[in-house]
Amino acid sequence: MDSILEMRGITKTFPGVKALDNVNLSVREGEIHALIGENGAGKSTLMKVLSGVYPHGTYEGEIRFRGQPVAFRGIADSEKLGIIIIHQELALVPLLSITENLFLGNEQAKRGRIDWVAATARARELLRMVGLTDSPETLITDIGVGKQQLVEIAKALSKQVKLLILDEPTASLNESDSDALLALLLRFKEQGISSILISHKLNEIAKVADRVTILRDGTTVETLDCHDAPISQDRIIKGMVGRDLADRYPRRTSNPGDILFEVKGWNADHPIHTGRRVVKDIDLHVRRGEVVGIAGLMGAGRTEFAMSLFGRSYGRNIRGKAFLGGREIDVSTIRRAMDNGLAYATEDRKHYGLVLDNDIRHNVTLANLDGVAKRGVIHHEREIEVANDFRRRLRIRCSDVFQQTVNLSGGNQQKVVLSKWLFADPQVLILDEPTRGIDVGAKYEIYTIVNQLVAEGRGVILISSELPELLGVADRIYVMNEGALVAEMPAAEASQEKIMHAIMSSASKATAARAAVAAAARESLQ
Amino acid sequence: MSAELNLPAQQPRQASMAKFLKSHMRDYGMLISLLAIVAFFQYVTDGTLLQPLNLTNLVLQNSYIVIMALGMLLVIVAGHIDLSVGSIVGFIGALAAILMVQFHWHFIPTAIVSLIAGAAIGAAQGYWVAYFRIPSFIVTLAGMLVFRGLSLALLAGQSVGPFPVEFQRLSSGFIPDFFGTTGFHTTTLVLCLLTPAILIGFSIAARIRRHRFAIEQEPLVLFLLKSAGLFAVVAYVGWLLSTYKGLPNVLIIMALLIGVYAFVTRDTTIGRRIYALGGNEKAAKLSGIDTRRLSFYTFVNMGVLAALAGLIFAARLNTATPKAGVSFELDVIAACFIGGASASGGVGRVTGAVIGAFIMGVMNNGMSILGIGIDWQQVIKGLVLLAAVCFDVYNKGKA
Repeated sequence: MDSILEMRGITKTFPGVKALDNVNLSVREGEIHALIGENGAGKSTLMKVLSGVYPHGTYEGEIRFRGQPVAFRGIADSEKLGIIIIHQELALVPLLSITENLFLGNEQAKRGRIDWVAATARARELLRMVGLTDSPETLITDIGVGKQQLVEIAKALSKQVKLLILDEPTASLNESDSDALLALLLRFKEQGISSILISHKLNEIAKVADRVTILRDGTTVETLDCHDAPISQDRIIKGMVGRDLADRYPRRTSNPGDILFEVKGWNADHPIHTGRRVVKDIDLHVRRGEVVGIAGLMGAGRTEFAMSLFGRSYGRNIRGKAFLGGREIDVSTIRRAMDNGLAYATEDRKHYGLVLDNDIRHNVTLANLDGVAKRGVIHHEREIEVANDFRRRLRIRCSDVFQQTVNLSGGNQQKVVLSKWLFADPQVLILDEPTRGIDVGAKYEIYTIVNQLVAEGRGVILISSELPELLGVADRIYVMNEGALVAEMPAAEASQEKIMHAIMSSASKATAARAAVAAAARESLQ
Repeated sequence: MSAELNLPAQQPRQASMAKFLKSHMRDYGMLISLLAIVAFFQYVTDGTLLQPLNLTNLVLQNSYIVIMALGMLLVIVAGHIDLSVGSIVGFIGALAAILMVQFHWHFIPTAIVSLIAGAAIGAAQGYWVAYFRIPSFIVTLAGMLVFRGLSLALLAGQSVGPFPVEFQRLSSGFIPDFFGTTGFHTTTLVLCLLTPAILIGFSIAARIRRHRFAIEQEPLVLFLLKSAGLFAVVAYVGWLLSTYKGLPNVLIIMALLIGVYAFVTRDTTIGRRIYALGGNEKAAKLSGIDTRRLSFYTFVNMGVLAALAGLIFAARLNTATPKAGVSFELDVIAACFIGGASASGGVGRVTGAVIGAFIMGVMNNGMSILGIGIDWQQVIKGLVLLAAVCFDVYNKGKA
């Protein structure tokens, strides 16, 4: 069988990070090729190289499409050849109709005047090809996520797609929508359209993929052929996570005390989709001097849980109780949660963590201005001392504390966020992806800070998508999936395989449960 | 030994003059522009600009703009805008006129009621902005129409006046002279010598404290130049005014307010929180700041200052007219932006807004003396606003 796509020796470096290191990927004509790997393994980066988001010249290596070497300067170039990528966040304009979205940037026009009759007719035809029966006049905002995904695919078809790339297309879809989408991929395969499917859901991959390429830490681990022998989940998980943990985490003698913080029966609904529960019946506790990890895939509801807990800064219809030292505490506003000893360091430091225009000093004291003020008047010299103190303790690399945080590297920005919360002096610190996007050295320093915190008798809740990090830093790990805690294990007994299994089995259980409900519903209709 | 010990402490303070100037280019640039504009008009008007009479007029004409610019700066720093201030000026003027002229109220209860009414108007608008998340542009655009309409209704389309003499003094009065010299207002000169001296004393104290904490600060040469300049300018203005009627009452009010707002924005937790709110509302909120309440109070504050400006303006005209305050909001907002405030919030200084207001004021006044028509005045003011903001954007891109 001929290859439609050959990517050889792709290496892509960002300042300080090697995101892809000599990656090879080969996709055959008319196959469904699954691409899997942990968060941060380099899947998205590889697809951005392929689609020209990172233009030719910003990476090393060679791309051949249908035998010809190609050098894309942008997405327009790759689309011209029929390589279409559908991102996880859909690129549709919600308040425009399906037709308008289908031909956005590619309008059915003559001399600048859109021929709406032709456009609508063509739209209907494209919708039929993806199995949608909605009127092309419908607004995108009025159809569900599943149908939106199909509109994206229809849009790809309108561009004469040869190679369709889907980035976690079923992540936000329910069972029947997912099945419809996978069936569509199989149909495309018969028509000779190749696909690359990025997915975390191994059962789906087993259903449709011809071959599987596994990425880990920016390198190709292996490519497996699903037709040679049925591939077990164990086999794939082993490929995904098999890496060493040597000395990337500072040592700490863990010595948890009595229970410091406890959450009982915590629930929260989606802020917009009323009635959709995103956090389900969470019971969790943290001991003094303990680092508790929360593992889970992206979208598992970990951030949503943490933010709903921290002064209801996410979600609505929030129910549940929080206890500090055995006493129930009020966490209904951010101020109250902070006054009761909670702190939450966000995963999105640029949008939620820092005032980027302000200097380090002002950011450090922001959550505890009263700590450097007397009767509302700021003591400037004291503030500078505080900032300098944290600069020394956390080794924030900067020219001085008057430097704007926008000019700091990711790792140093993260340290400023941590400084802010350390200065607020919390009992329990929730760290949400504290090491995302920062280099190994800075990670080590942040782990050291975490160790210091628990050594002082505080509790830390560490949310991380990097399993090795959880295993290396946490004392105990909760596993979260689809808004609920599905497993709990001491870090000493945990392994990446165990955690992945907990996620996968709960996912398949949930899937099975949903399927059963759907089946019951169908029966009751008949 | 002591030299060795001092060395590291000296290090941060030894920032080169060039570097310091570069990072504070905007501040000095503003001040230098104002001085240059004053010098230019002083020259082309053959010295009319700085005649004591004209200087007094300049202060009186701009006082209400400066006072509103203080509130507007907070609103803009918080990430909002208030288009309704001109209409509030008109409405409060009308309200005060009705109370004093038709109901014969004394001017003190009138002033109190007017300021409370201003606060209530600010609260009403701030409520929609802060708690209902309706864009301030829209809420205050509505307010602009509503309060313009209400002032028309209150006055029934007529001008109402004149006011009691005590009320007029708010705008047209001068501070009394305690020395009793004739033909020369000694109190004014004394105040204008004492005030800069006290201010310079404060900054020297601050410098000493910063020195003790080894914190980088303005190079000594610049500090001396600036202090000498400040002293010279204030003393000169004081001298000029003392040869006329002395310090206008309204200048005292304005100076006090500038001092208070400069202090609040720079040195208090409330001020700091407003900057954080405008710089990144989500981060501010997640840091435990009640962003909604803070937004709300910036509008209440704006309402009070607009009411005060309304009283001053009415007192100055000695009559309340339905047209009072029309397009004031544009001058006030322009003053803030010329003064370096960012339209996206989080950036801006009280001193900048005040200097911005005076740049506009001096240009208005100078061009009027030259006999330039209102048409070209507007064109030139528009271009100056654009140029000032272009300079900001250019500066930011380079930094």
